[in-house]
Amino acid sequence: MSIFADGMTDHITTIEGIRSQFPILDRSVYGKPLVYLDNAATSQRPGSVMDCLEDMSIRHNANIHRAVHALAAEATDFYESARAEVASFLNADASEIVFTSGTTASINLVANSFGALCAADGKSEIIIAESEHHSDIVPWQLLAERNSMSIKVLGVDDNGRLEIEKLAGMLSDRTAIVCVAQVSNVLGLINPIAEIVRIAHSKGVPVLVDGAQGVVHCDVDVKALDCDFYAFSGHKIYASTGTGVLYAKRAWLDAMPPYMGGGEMIDTVKFSGSTYAKAPHKFEAGTQNLNGTPTLVPAIEMLKSMRAASKETEAVKEYVYGSLVADGRIKLYGTTEDLSLKTPIFSFNVDGVHHEDLALILDKMGIAVRSGQMCAEPLMDRYGVTGMLRASFAPYNTMQEAEYFISAIDKAIRMLK
Amino acid sequence: MTLEEAKQGVVDNFSMYDEWLDKYEYLIELGKNLEPFPESKKTDDRLIKGCQSRVWLDCRTEGDKLFFTADSDAIITKGIISLLISIYSGRTRKEIAEDDFSFIESIGLKENLSPTRANGLVSMINTIKGYSTER
Ligand SMILES: Cc1ncc(COP(=O)(O)O)c(C=O)c1O
Repeated sequence: MSIFADGMTDHITTIEGIRSQFPILDRSVYGKPLVYLDNAATSQRPGSVMDCLEDMSIRHNANIHRAVHALAAEATDFYESARAEVASFLNADASEIVFTSGTTASINLVANSFGALCAADGKSEIIIAESEHHSDIVPWQLLAERNSMSIKVLGVDDNGRLEIEKLAGMLSDRTAIVCVAQVSNVLGLINPIAEIVRIAHSKGVPVLVDGAQGVVHCDVDVKALDCDFYAFSGHKIYASTGTGVLYAKRAWLDAMPPYMGGGEMIDTVKFSGSTYAKAPHKFEAGTQNLNGTPTLVPAIEMLKSMRAASKETEAVKEYVYGSLVADGRIKLYGTTEDLSLKTPIFSFNVDGVHHEDLALILDKMGIAVRSGQMCAEPLMDRYGVTGMLRASFAPYNTMQEAEYFISAIDKAIRMLK
Repeated sequence: MTLEEAKQGVVDNFSMYDEWLDKYEYLIELGKNLEPFPESKKTDDRLIKGCQSRVWLDCRTEGDKLFFTADSDAIITKGIISLLISIYSGRTRKEIAEDDFSFIESIGLKENLSPTRANGLVSMINTIKGYSTER
C-alpha cells in the first residue's frame, strides 16, 4: 500500500511544517500573499492527498468490487481500507460506513431511505435546528412534502446557543427524527450532541448529526455520541472533492430500503424481483468515486497530525475571537463564555456596512472570506440580516495572518464608512 | 458632453489607479456621493433581480430622454450604479438602445467582480437597456 505509507506527515510539528504541505498557500492574489480564510466552505489539499489521487489515477485505476484482475483488486483494497480508516476515525464499524459524494448526498440518502421507514411507521414530524445548513433542511422538506409530514424548528438564542431545553417538549411518538449540526457553519459553536441524543432517545427518537463542520474541529466518537447518523464531506477535511461519508448504526442500515438502485448494490437481479447486497454496499449503487475516496486516508492522517502539532490554532482562535468581540463596530454571531465550545468559524456584521462590500475589499487585500447567506437563510432571518461575513480558520493559518486579517477589517471598515 | 466623451471620462478616471484596492476606493467615493434616493421609491418593481446586494433603479422620462436614479444597500454596488448613471442618465432612448456597453470591458470591472456581482452588473445594464426600448 505504497501510497498511504510514505509518512509524509511525520515531521509536522510546526506551523511552517504544516504550511509546507499545502502548496496553494504559497500563491498570491492581486500581487498580495493569499490569506485563505474560507476553510468552512472547503479546505485546501495537502500534497499527500494530491499524490494519492494521482497515484490512484495513474497506477491503480480500475472499477472496484467487480473484476478479478490485479488492478481491480488493488483499487478495491484502497477503497475498502479507506472505509476501515474512516470507521476507526469515527470509532465505528466498517460495515456502518457508507461512502457518498458528500454531506448533502449523505443526508439525502437518510431522508429518502430512512424517511421511507418513518413514513411507513406513521411518523409525521421532523425536528430541525434553526441554524441548519440548507443541506439539512431541504431534503427533509422534500420528505415532508411527499408524506404530509411537518417540520418543527428547534430554535437558537441571541448568542447562537441551541435551545435544547425546549427539545423534550417538542418530541412525541409522532417524531420521525431530530436533525442537528454538530457545529453550525455560521455560528461555529459546538452543540451538545450527546445530550441532544440522550433527550431524543429517551423518547425513542433517532438523531441525525450533520458533521460537515464538526468533524473538522472535534474528535468524533459516534459510540460516545450515540447518534444514529453522522454525515460529513471529505473536501472540508483536506480530502478530494466528491468524497463523503455517512455513518449509520448497523441496525438502521439493515432496516433501511436502498436509496438508489443499480450495479453493485444488488445480491440477485431477476425480472421477478431483486435482492440487495448487505450494508454498506446496499447504499453504494453504481461506480463509486474510486479514485477520490482513498484520499480520505492521507487526509485523516493530515488532520490528526495537525491537531496534535498545532498549538497556534488555539492561540489564533482566541486572538480573533477576542479582537472581534472587543470591537464595538462588529456584531459577532455565535458567542460563548467557554471558548472550548467555539470553533474558529467567525460570522459577523459591521454596523452600517454591507457584508459583501467588506468581502470585496478584503479580497483585494488578498484575504478570502465568505459573504452572504451561507446556505442558512432561516438563520439569517432569525437574526434579521440579509447575510453575514464569515472568516473560518484552519490549522495552517498563522497568527500573522490573523493579525493581518484583523487590521484589514479595520482598514476596510474605515474605507467603507 | 457626448455619450462617447462620458464613457471616455469614466475609463480615464478608472485607469488613474493601478491597484484594484484604489479602484474600489474610487467606487466607494462615487457610491457615497450618489444623489439620495427616497425610501418611498424602494419598491419591489424597482428592485433589480440577480444582485446579491439589493439595487433599486428608477427611470424618469423627459421627452425622448431617460433620467436614472438608483440606490443600493451596498456601497460598492452604489459606486458601480453611479458610474452607469453618470454615463447614461439624460441620454435619448436611441442612444442607449444602440450602445453596446463595451466600456465595461475596457475598465476590467466585470472580471474583477465576484461572479455574483458581475451577474448583478449585467442585470443593471439590462434594466437600463430595457427602459430604452419600453414605450
Ligand atoms: C454544516 C454544513 N452542512 C452541510 C454542508 C454541505 O456540504 P457539501 O456541500 O459538501 O455536501 C456544509 C458545507 O457547505 C456545511 O457547512
